[in-house]
Amino acid sequence: MIRVVLPAHLRTLANVSGEVELDLSCPATMADLLDALEDRYPQLRGTIRDHVTRKRRAFVRFFACEEDLSFEAEDSELPDPVLRGVEPFCIVGAMAGG
Amino acid sequence: MAGVRLMVGTVKGAFILTSDGKRADWQVEGPIFGGWEMYHLKASPADPNRVYASQSTSWFGQLVQRSDDGGKTWQPVGNQFQYEGVPGTHKWYDGSPHPWEFARVWHFEPSAGDPDVVYAGVEDAGLFYSADGGLNWQELPGLRGQESGGSWQPGAGGMCLHTIVLHPTIPERMFAAISAAGVFRTDDGAKTWRPVNKGLRSEQIPDPTAEVGHCVHRVALHPSRPDVLFMQKHWDVMRSDDGGDSWQEVSGNLPTDFGFTIDVHAHEPETIYVVPIKSDSEHYPPEGRLRVYRSRTGGNDWEPLTSGLPQSNCYVNVLREAMSVDSLEPCGVYFGTTGGQVYASADAGDTWNPILRDLPRVLSVEAQTLP
Repeated sequence: MIRVVLPAHLRTLANVSGEVELDLSCPATMADLLDALEDRYPQLRGTIRDHVTRKRRAFVRFFACEEDLSFEAEDSELPDPVLRGVEPFCIVGAMAGG
Repeated sequence: MAGVRLMVGTVKGAFILTSDGKRADWQVEGPIFGGWEMYHLKASPADPNRVYASQSTSWFGQLVQRSDDGGKTWQPVGNQFQYEGVPGTHKWYDGSPHPWEFARVWHFEPSAGDPDVVYAGVEDAGLFYSADGGLNWQELPGLRGQESGGSWQPGAGGMCLHTIVLHPTIPERMFAAISAAGVFRTDDGAKTWRPVNKGLRSEQIPDPTAEVGHCVHRVALHPSRPDVLFMQKHWDVMRSDDGGDSWQEVSGNLPTDFGFTIDVHAHEPETIYVVPIKSDSEHYPPEGRLRVYRSRTGGNDWEPLTSGLPQSNCYVNVLREAMSVDSLEPCGVYFGTTGGQVYASADAGDTWNPILRDLPRVLSVEAQTLP
């Protein structure tokens, strides 16, 4: 079971209160995870990555296992601790004022 | 008993204010969607419980929220605004070509007859349409494809399509206004458009009387006289008596003819309201005195309305979407400021009272008259 942590505004939008758990078959990529997340919560489409280009929105970051995975290719395989559910995959709103 | 619902969009959430017909006491709900920029909320004339709201942030992009119970509960609907075909380029601030990029929805205009039909004006300037209550959006590409489209340039606030006016009796006619391109009119249901800016003069563009390139801030009309349009331009208050074919300046005795918002009295089609703002770049009331100006003659002769408004040390702005009127008797007039105040007048502007003083920067105010 893969654990996903959403930023507060997207938890509200998805109507969830804690971590989201996704059942993905291994191996799985970041794209697989995001596809599964958007399939479960269609209201998140367009908020994490662009509808058409599927590129990560500029002020959204992906962290896991104390690493910044934001600039990894979408088809990169998820880290093993994320696949095993030991570590969460964190979707984070970039630090920016306002 | 009739009442009023005010829908206030701010940079950090929306607020819904309700009152009975006296409009003396207000109930405040909010913040709704706290932390999000709420550019505009507007109810359907065909169903007073149907409300569309534009919700966005730089982080998570654009969402569209719909309420079917007058703002008590909301559901996110479609948020994909994709330009038709290959979007091409418009001009950037420095005149260089810049790809058309969707940024946000500035304005919703629900149709008068069908609560599921709604138009959206977006940045970069484009007109979108939904016929299923906001679930799906399609561009009406004739406007952006108008022959001048590639030459449009953004104003300081971005290249936004901020005003959509649906003609009340000719369904095929509508107006759209864009900063900084001007006003456009369609007479064939949005298939084709033409600029209607004759008579506008803008010293900030190379040809001050060019057909396109004017920074129009807001256009309003009274439904009983739909060929009479009123405009607050970057500079100048303008009037058209022929559906936009020609415009005349009616700034008259205003202390400054710069401003953002303009609106028309609900029962007197020649009574109009503006909030003069000092410019260039200051963008606060002249002399620190917040004054709404009212003309009962369709322009030129203006009177300041000051009772209840701060007359010293006031340096807020009133943005283009931030004024609205109700249709009760007497007409109620409302506006919000960049300092977070929402002012109400239940007597057509003669006296004002603050409903709220400490909201985030107000982007929009829409008054909905409830049965």
